[in-house]
Amino acid sequence: MHIVVCIKQVPDSAQIRVHPVTNTIMRQGVPTIINPYDLFSLEEALRLRDKFGGKVTVLTMGPPMADTSLRKALSMGADAAVLLSDRCFAGSDTLATSYALASAIAKITETEPVGMVFCGKQTIDGDTAQVGPGIAKRLELNQLTYVERIDAVDETARKITVERRAEGGVQVLSTSLPCLITMLEGTNVVRRGTMEDMLRAARTEIPMWSAAKAGITDTALCGLKGSPTVVKKVFAPPPRKEKAKQIDVTGKTADDIAAATLNALFAADARLEETLFRQAGH
Amino acid sequence: MTEAKPAPAAAPARGKMKVELSDHFKTYKDVWVFIELERGQVHPVSWELLGEGRKLANKLGVELAGVVMGAPGDSADAAVAGAYEYGADLVYTIQDPLLADYRNEPFARGMTDLVNTYKPEILLLGATTLGRDLAGTVATTLKTGLTADCTEMAIDDDRSMGATRPTFGGSLLCTIYTLNVRPQMATIRPRVMSMPDREAGRTGRLVVHSLGMQEDSIVTKILNYIPDASKEDAHLAYADVVVAGGMGLGKPENFKLVKELASVLGAEYGGSRPLVQKGWIESARQIGQTGKTIRPRLYIAAGISGAIQHRVGVEGADMILAINTDPNAPIFDFAHQGIVGDALTVLPALTETFRRHLAQKRAAE
Repeated sequence: MHIVVCIKQVPDSAQIRVHPVTNTIMRQGVPTIINPYDLFSLEEALRLRDKFGGKVTVLTMGPPMADTSLRKALSMGADAAVLLSDRCFAGSDTLATSYALASAIAKITETEPVGMVFCGKQTIDGDTAQVGPGIAKRLELNQLTYVERIDAVDETARKITVERRAEGGVQVLSTSLPCLITMLEGTNVVRRGTMEDMLRAARTEIPMWSAAKAGITDTALCGLKGSPTVVKKVFAPPPRKEKAKQIDVTGKTADDIAAATLNALFAADARLEETLFRQAGH
Repeated sequence: MTEAKPAPAAAPARGKMKVELSDHFKTYKDVWVFIELERGQVHPVSWELLGEGRKLANKLGVELAGVVMGAPGDSADAAVAGAYEYGADLVYTIQDPLLADYRNEPFARGMTDLVNTYKPEILLLGATTLGRDLAGTVATTLKTGLTADCTEMAIDDDRSMGATRPTFGGSLLCTIYTLNVRPQMATIRPRVMSMPDREAGRTGRLVVHSLGMQEDSIVTKILNYIPDASKEDAHLAYADVVVAGGMGLGKPENFKLVKELASVLGAEYGGSRPLVQKGWIESARQIGQTGKTIRPRLYIAAGISGAIQHRVGVEGADMILAINTDPNAPIFDFAHQGIVGDALTVLPALTETFRRHLAQKRAAE
């Protein structure tokens, strides 16, 4: 089976710094990584390929430098990669992003039919979880989000059974292929590539597809033009009017500080003591 | 009236980007809230959204509607009644045995159908696994804008909704508009909005719609449902008292100090994002924008610096007590009480002092 895994190159959020004066993101020197949630989906796709045979193609939309993330995915064992990159994609919101990615997957399907598409649960920079469902809808793929486990895949009958995380429990769902899956984090252990994979990744030519190459004829559906949402302003939250009242700690023991803290808490909120008393009684 | 005025100073930046709504979308009215009914229970986030929806509807001078989808029966009826009591003026309902358990296909079809028929200008859903699964499909089908995980909503003078959410991994906030398509859709996490008062006996109009699908036409089947053995993450979001730790604890073994204080207070415990990323605690215990949003009576944050993504997840707490060695840590900008000190010494002292204090109070009762 041919599986497409959509990945995104994101800034390593642990390294993001905000300029203290201008409140803008300082992008210089921030390392990029594959969106960590995507790795669980990539791993699951690779496992299915190892078990049933076939091929895993990784797909990303982004600037030309996003090929480093595709190469990384190749070094982990993916068989092929496609970089979807065009100036007309700039400023895409989730609706325009799902359009571009769905178009590329449809194009891939023309030569090599795709049985399953994997996406990350969400990204760490946008955190929307909207692109996966968007692609599923556009390609009319059966949608399976927040999957904890793939129980069974029957290629001949084109059936799949999964365990999907719901509020308060797990749904066991069966559906037909083709389908789109987003894996929940921590559901598998992401592999390191073999030496052979790493060498192959370094040698692989990654095709770069323009919008036209992906079969997109109407660029009004792409990028800023194709995005119904617009970000009006980016800002740091206004500080609270008052800063925290500091408990006096100079020269005090930890026990004195703790006692002063209880007094301060109960003085500031008369009902808090009662709340705690009832709470701790349980 | 407006034509006579000179061009207002604030308008230009916006005017360039906003497009006049088409006559078709101008007919879209009212604020809708999706009432999430799963396995007989309404998720409390739906009531929280009705509280927020009420404010938006009042500002717009329109009605607030709840949308209840589920199998016919007592729990769907209770959800409809609850929607009125939490503020809905009317309820749109689709009740069909096919909607007994959540599946994307029939729910997305029903919701899309309702929107196309009754035309709301705003549609709010809880940012739960169900709400996000559904919202993404519905927004794509309707080709409209969807803003995830909003923390604040406002209505502009031109009636458009500004949806504010954290961005860039929670390091800044941004305000997003859906320009010229309706409805304007948004998801909001549980506990981000406060729970409105329930007005017992309040009632409203009911609009019944049919799903018009057959089981044969739905590809996805539910084979089984396995309820969770423990519901501890649900407890964290709705806990009255929460104690959490961050990187200031130094090493994973020290997290037990957080648990000990939580245990004495009968509180839930959690941690900041780096702790989850380092594997010190499970992800269900993460507090902040990408974890759980909490609104406890008391929140104690030990060794947490207070990045924006953490701040937006805890700001609804009535009382925040922060412990940090760095007097300039951002957490002191939004905490109510602060202790500049080492969590490793302060936490055990607090645990002991609270334990003694509560024991004395118990003895005195």
